[in-house]
Amino acid sequence: MSVANIIINDKKIIVESGTTILEAAQKLHIKIPTLCHLDLHDIKMVNRTASCRICVVEVEGRRNLAPACATPVFDGMVVKTNTMRAIQARRTVLELILSDHPFNCLSCAKSTDCELQVLANEFGIDTRPYQGAASHYPLDISNKAIRRDLNKCIMCRRCETMCNEVQTVGVLTGYQRGFEAVVAPADMQPLSESTCVYCGQCVSVCPTGALTEQTARPEIWNALFDPDKYVIAQTAPAIRAAIGEEFGMAPGEAVTGKLVAALNNLGFDDVFDTDFAADLTIMEEANEIVERVTRQENLPILTSCCPGWINFLEYQFPDLSHIPSTCKSPQQMMGAIVKSYYAEKLGKKPEDIVLVSVMPCLAKKYEAARPEFAPQGVPDVDHVVSTRGLAKMIKEAGIDLATLEDEDFDHPLGESTGAGVIFGVSGGVMEAALRTAYETVTGKQLAKLEFKQVRGLEAIKTTTVNLDGTILRLAITSGLGAARTVLEQIRNNEVQYDIIEIMACPGGCINGGGQPSIHGDFSLIEKRRQALYSEDEGKALRKSHLNPSIQKLYEEFLGQPGSEKAHRLLHTHYFPNKDYSEE
Amino acid sequence: MELLDPAKQKRVFPDEMYEKLNGFVDDLDIDPADPRKKGNLIQVLRKGQQIFGYLPRELQEYVAVRLGIHHAEVSGVVSFYNFFTTTPKGEFTISVCMGTACYVNGADKILSQFERILGIKSGEVTEDRKFSIDSLRCVGACSLAPVVTINDKVYGRVAPQDVEKIIEDCLVQEEA
Repeated sequence: MSVANIIINDKKIIVESGTTILEAAQKLHIKIPTLCHLDLHDIKMVNRTASCRICVVEVEGRRNLAPACATPVFDGMVVKTNTMRAIQARRTVLELILSDHPFNCLSCAKSTDCELQVLANEFGIDTRPYQGAASHYPLDISNKAIRRDLNKCIMCRRCETMCNEVQTVGVLTGYQRGFEAVVAPADMQPLSESTCVYCGQCVSVCPTGALTEQTARPEIWNALFDPDKYVIAQTAPAIRAAIGEEFGMAPGEAVTGKLVAALNNLGFDDVFDTDFAADLTIMEEANEIVERVTRQENLPILTSCCPGWINFLEYQFPDLSHIPSTCKSPQQMMGAIVKSYYAEKLGKKPEDIVLVSVMPCLAKKYEAARPEFAPQGVPDVDHVVSTRGLAKMIKEAGIDLATLEDEDFDHPLGESTGAGVIFGVSGGVMEAALRTAYETVTGKQLAKLEFKQVRGLEAIKTTTVNLDGTILRLAITSGLGAARTVLEQIRNNEVQYDIIEIMACPGGCINGGGQPSIHGDFSLIEKRRQALYSEDEGKALRKSHLNPSIQKLYEEFLGQPGSEKAHRLLHTHYFPNKDYSEE
Repeated sequence: MELLDPAKQKRVFPDEMYEKLNGFVDDLDIDPADPRKKGNLIQVLRKGQQIFGYLPRELQEYVAVRLGIHHAEVSGVVSFYNFFTTTPKGEFTISVCMGTACYVNGADKILSQFERILGIKSGEVTEDRKFSIDSLRCVGACSLAPVVTINDKVYGRVAPQDVEKIIEDCLVQEEA
């Protein structure tokens, strides 16, 4: 390994050759502003476009300023990051970027969470110095999940890198040239006319308000204040591990009790836990796994909880649409049970109940609106709000999450086990299914609950487990690029697996497109992951089939896992070759 | 992505056109594992435009699948280069030179005269697909400025009042 001795702002440091000036400066705790640059090396996402030039620095002996994010160091390099010339140039760069920006921060969803706004503030921008041409593109609100406002795009192309290289969905491209250039789907069509799966990872990495989410907050407020509606909330596992961040709480702290308290405060009649539905998913899915594995038929079986992944399957692997489990996602299972079993218990009509999902995910908004999930025109899930969206509602209501006393979920659909909690991380669905499948198949109690080999943030994990003599070959993938790799291997008969878990977002739902922004700090994802595993460990019950409310639901209502009624309510089918232009 | 069997893709043009393009792609002998396979995209699009006359969405999708890249990327490249066009060309492709010499000799007036008489803008084609208008940069005949080319024929020192006659010539030529 060759090294380079360099000097930045009179400080000496020895770094590996090939290191960029930016990386070397970070080691010295010297801050160079960046905007287009994004390095999420944990998920192999590095945006190297060097298009914004906000990070220019002075390199001795070099005539022009150098972009720190894309300039490798050399032995003997002398760098100055804050000379008059560098600071002036950076300011001009920012002013030029802002010259084609709407300046409507007050009404922008990304306000206070925007990297461009932060820079403008740090640079002390107080006027609009260049009055040049301005872009005027119509809003793309063609779909239920993602809102695109190209007028706020700074052409950093992080979204494109994420979509094409990490997720391999391949929807975005640099379209046109020069001032007309935009990042858009082919032919500048709206997202709804593309094969976008709405995973929302583009939204997660967008530094400005160009990519945000479609919001259902007005509809939710209306429902909450409508005396004729019975309004129920369900919250996904990953919410509790992240929403605290929006209130200045330490990352990695599960705030389950406070979250429930906040939802009660907002006026929800019942607060249920999607973890309950996750337990229910496991009952149905483990049953399906055991059936298919015992008969050795139609293997591998793929998990089906993730709507981004299901969209990906329908568009990109229609020939494999027979292999995922037919189980609905936990969100939709909760919807189906609330609007049938629970509606009966309440003595209410399904249309008088409004079910609001709090999800870490934008694809869930699309999923909830699928026509097959609205029997007789009444949607099982009425509205979906993201973690970020709920945080805004809590703030709007003047509730300080951090100071709330813990409260418990309502029963019966709020009772859950540790197996349900870990659905929010990559490997969690697999582990939860194994805990139940093992005991169903062997009739024995698991000596050790943890299947540590399926855990972790790697994109593809493969392992085998021994279910009392039956060897199961497992793969766990997170991120759609990883899913593509494994699915292509399956398509070409290169690998043999029995069960595969797929989650669309790298790391799982804790890194979903609806979660608080991490602004390039992937260590937050690891902390959220740990938060969910600790919550699992702290639970008295950690196996889905031991959830008393689940047992009661089967006794009173569903019969057996896989029963005719369970199939009608809790299972679905997929739509290969669906024509997205008609949606 | 895999290189799919081209026979399975949807086709909206005559088969022999696709066969020509497939032959061209086959001759490039692209290794599907080669990450630089995208490097062939521009050549393939050029050939495609030569064969089909233009690059509509269906053809871009065809090329994308054939090369194992995303359609969006193909669309981006097509949109970047002036040379590529997504609108069909007319039987008579009118190209008005907007190079410096032609421009200072009033090429813009020639162009707008063509646009006015044919009722289309530069880059468009008439409804009957007979005429399309484009502007281009310097055909290398500056001594004849302003220059208009129609298919392979060159018209030099064109004045606005000549335009109508030129169009009539084309129609006469077609009848003959």
